[in-house]
Amino acid sequence: MGAHAESNKRIWIVLGILSLITAVEVGLGIVKPPALHLNGLGTSWLNWIFIILTLAKAYYIAWAFMHLEGEKKWFRRSLVWTAVFLISYLLFIVLFEGGYLYETLAPLVKW
Amino acid sequence: MEADIAVNSDNKETWSGGGAKPFGASYGKMMMWFFILSDALTFSGFLAAYGLTRFKFIDSWPIADEVFTHIPFFHGNYPMYYVAFMTFVLIVSSVTMVLAVDAGHKMQQKKVALYMFVTIIFGLIFVGSQAWEWKTFIKGSYGAVKTTDNKILQFVKDGHQIAIADFVHGDRTDDREQHTKKNGLWFENEKTISQYSVAQVQEAFKKDPSLQIRSERINLDTKQKIIFSREESLKQLAKANQVVEGANLHVNEYGNPIFADFFFFITGFHGFHVFSGIVLNIIIFFNVILGTYEKRGHYEMVEKVGLYWHFVDLVWVFVFTFFYLV
Repeated sequence: MGAHAESNKRIWIVLGILSLITAVEVGLGIVKPPALHLNGLGTSWLNWIFIILTLAKAYYIAWAFMHLEGEKKWFRRSLVWTAVFLISYLLFIVLFEGGYLYETLAPLVKW
Repeated sequence: MEADIAVNSDNKETWSGGGAKPFGASYGKMMMWFFILSDALTFSGFLAAYGLTRFKFIDSWPIADEVFTHIPFFHGNYPMYYVAFMTFVLIVSSVTMVLAVDAGHKMQQKKVALYMFVTIIFGLIFVGSQAWEWKTFIKGSYGAVKTTDNKILQFVKDGHQIAIADFVHGDRTDDREQHTKKNGLWFENEKTISQYSVAQVQEAFKKDPSLQIRSERINLDTKQKIIFSREESLKQLAKANQVVEGANLHVNEYGNPIFADFFFFITGFHGFHVFSGIVLNIIIFFNVILGTYEKRGHYEMVEKVGLYWHFVDLVWVFVFTFFYLV
């Protein structure tokens, strides 16, 4: 019974964390501080913040709600590593290609 | 024969995989996880395609918080609040789902039913909100014109976008009527025609010197859409050949039509997942009420649909980020 009370408490903590992250994201999205919005490495700092916060949310959903933290280590890895590897690979290729298309095609567009 | 097959297929334990539990996960749960993995890759394929297109049109992509600015029953400009609400609804529904699974572990039938019910309600609120979001996007908010070279021109007064109806008054003046099957071109239907004609918009624009045109193009230093001078505005508007109200798969008053295509496709695909999740939840809800899992001795089915439901939430977190924030 004690373990259940413990896991219930964790659910509420995770709900709090996820709500807080969403609130921060929405706040930043509305205010768009120029220092973060107009500068950055590759993309704006603001976008980096959004992406990192999103990955943090994904972590909490997968580990706490979907209970990956309770699965056997190698079962968890068979899922997470596969997804992380394939998705990073896909994004790397496809986003670079998008940048290339812009550099190649944008000069041809008449405004 | 027995040695060749991983799972017994000759008795009624087939569906649950019998006693085989690789990695301590039952057959059903493991397969749900691998389905989720493949579905996650599908969604990342879509989002990656969206990313490619966005990078390709990085200097003219619509700015999300200028597109999604509405809240039901309120007028005015409230970017993001409504999607934030939708996100919150989905996260809370995930929590009630966790509580249902938890109650299942304790074999508390009534509690499982209650939490499943609440999860279904939150799911319905979410798809309802998404339907409303679609309706608002399809209907549009300001209206724009499209030029012969396929550029969208929006209207601006004192630096703020205004609707066509704010400066064009009266009814459509060119007596153009909508074709219907029984009236007009023989057996031809026509999509809804715009409220005003192009000529009427051009004329009204000329009369009011305070109006300017905003182009699709983004100034990459300020990340704002470029607003033309009055002379340039008049020159651009002369090229208009269509009044655009709202968004569909062909035209989009907010800018590039492919933005609308991806919006409909990705949020639609996600919405379809939410819908399927609700249907699964309803089926499981009735099974819980009927005592199916009490008889079975465990509530693992609740756990399995729970995984699917959390996955829907997980995907939304990414859709939210890449459509509304980034």
